[in-house]
Amino acid sequence: MTQLATTTEPLAQDRPPARTPARRGRIRYARAAAVFVGPFAVLFLLFYLVPIVYAVVQSLYTVQRTGTYGPAQEVFGGLTQYRLVFSDGPFWRSVGRMLAFGAIQVPVMLGLALALALLLDSGLVTGRRFFRLAFFVPYAVPGVVAAIMWGFLYSPNLSPLKPITSTFDLLSADTVLWSIANVVTWVYVGYNMLIIYSALMSIPTEMYEAARLDGAGRLRIAWSIKIPMVRPAIVLTAVFSIIGTLQLLSEPQVFRSFSSAVSSTYTPNLTVLSLSSIPNFHLAAAFSVVLALTTFVLSFAFLKTAQRRSNP
Amino acid sequence: MTTAPTAIVTPAETRPRERGSVLPRSAAMLIMGVCTVYFLLPLWWLLVGATKSREQFTGTDSLWFADFRLLDNLGELMSYRDGLFLRWTLNSLAYTAGAALLGTLLAAMCGYALAKYRFPGRELIFNVVLSGVLVPATALALPLFLIFSQVHATNTFWAVFLPSLVNPFGVYLARVYAAAGVPDGLLEASRIDGAGEVRTFFTISARLMAPALVTIFLFHFVAVWNNFLLPLIMLSDERLFPVTLGLYTWNTQIAQVPELRGMVIVGSLISITPLAVAFLLLQRFWRTGISTGAVK
Repeated sequence: MTQLATTTEPLAQDRPPARTPARRGRIRYARAAAVFVGPFAVLFLLFYLVPIVYAVVQSLYTVQRTGTYGPAQEVFGGLTQYRLVFSDGPFWRSVGRMLAFGAIQVPVMLGLALALALLLDSGLVTGRRFFRLAFFVPYAVPGVVAAIMWGFLYSPNLSPLKPITSTFDLLSADTVLWSIANVVTWVYVGYNMLIIYSALMSIPTEMYEAARLDGAGRLRIAWSIKIPMVRPAIVLTAVFSIIGTLQLLSEPQVFRSFSSAVSSTYTPNLTVLSLSSIPNFHLAAAFSVVLALTTFVLSFAFLKTAQRRSNP
Repeated sequence: MTTAPTAIVTPAETRPRERGSVLPRSAAMLIMGVCTVYFLLPLWWLLVGATKSREQFTGTDSLWFADFRLLDNLGELMSYRDGLFLRWTLNSLAYTAGAALLGTLLAAMCGYALAKYRFPGRELIFNVVLSGVLVPATALALPLFLIFSQVHATNTFWAVFLPSLVNPFGVYLARVYAAAGVPDGLLEASRIDGAGEVRTFFTISARLMAPALVTIFLFHFVAVWNNFLLPLIMLSDERLFPVTLGLYTWNTQIAQVPELRGMVIVGSLISITPLAVAFLLLQRFWRTGISTGAVK
């Protein structure tokens, strides 16, 4: 920046000569930077940071009544709400359910995405443009609509998959979690595939040619060169998937119309939603905070583990 | 990431196909075929279902056309309850197009400044915004509702629109792209020509960042179009609903009002169309844009 300011000096004659060019440059760009950053920063503050702080503050209050029918009063309750959160069985069962969901669904989805990306990149496939688009189209389907559509497909009386739906009840208490997992997988495989595929395409071809001269086959190249090279992209998609899993809401909420096995506390976010309509905002805020922290800790821990493994 | 992302994509796209490998090739094509069926079959079912009358929907093969009644069904959907569905579609377009356009501009300006200017607090701002990517949007919905109810603004257009403007991941992408794709020398030249910083941004930098901007716009568009929890919590007047919330509401009422099933099927098809069209038309741009984010 100092260098740039020096070059513009002869033209900037309207400035007071007492200032050094470097100093003047810094001030001018600081103003430009403020103009560029300001609008986003204000909105980020109002609609990201303030709500977080507000949720934390709300979660520390509790409603007290004098007598059974006395007026409600908001008083500082310290960690009262958090004590309720930590002793709430259904909530922690729903967190456990989402962890089980994520432990299976995320590897399956990303494994499929990686496999398809590698196949597209392998040179074995004709019509790559078509397949890339066909796999990506479900990403354009809103989660609610995808869930409605699959909900119909799972329903025994409407489904074109009758051979399956007449033998297995895909909407029973035992199976519905995995039926929802299929909806999420269907929507996001193509998106994740595209991120990994883009990373694959940026690997210079010379790397493969050298390996091929050394006698490495296709699988060997994929395993030893391609996958390590696209690791950052895989880590990125994994973090997004972990965040998405814990936040699962629209799909199970839609499935409540198709299956009685999906309760109002089936996922952590459904619990928050049901409390906000009762309403018990202080407790709901505490749930939100705990959920956000859990998500943050999990995705951060995953990132750190992934980084440690890549630089031993 | 030192070259512009367009340069990255070109050589790989023309990567030569290998010859003389019939078995691996057939296996690969078979997998691709099976996956194509998996990804497209539900959409095919939806398209076919949207063309049928209520009797034929249950009475005929659900994967092939009977009497083609798509236009009648559309007309019925659009006129149902004084065009409520049309209103939802327009709402969605207003929430989404507005928020995505303005949100992309704001994210691009912010990311550009973070990449191209040095100023105190730059790294702090970037890190705070980046951790914003990790904050689940659904965790914000409830506190946002409480804040909007403090100023008596829930159940308004703005309650959904304003929070939708913020896109931290867009800032990240814009910064990465501006650092790699906008050369400092060009900015310097523009300054020597006497152009102000804002003008330089709009006439030079924004054009160089075009693929990234399209990507940010599209993914922001998808995020807002698909948004469900925020409108669900904020809105009670169904005339303000976006398409997703409207279809969800109808879907919960099918048991009581059976004719809504057809409406939900046709409406679902319509709700997918704008995004599919946008992705198809703009694919040249977003593909290069995605690689920027992925490589970094």
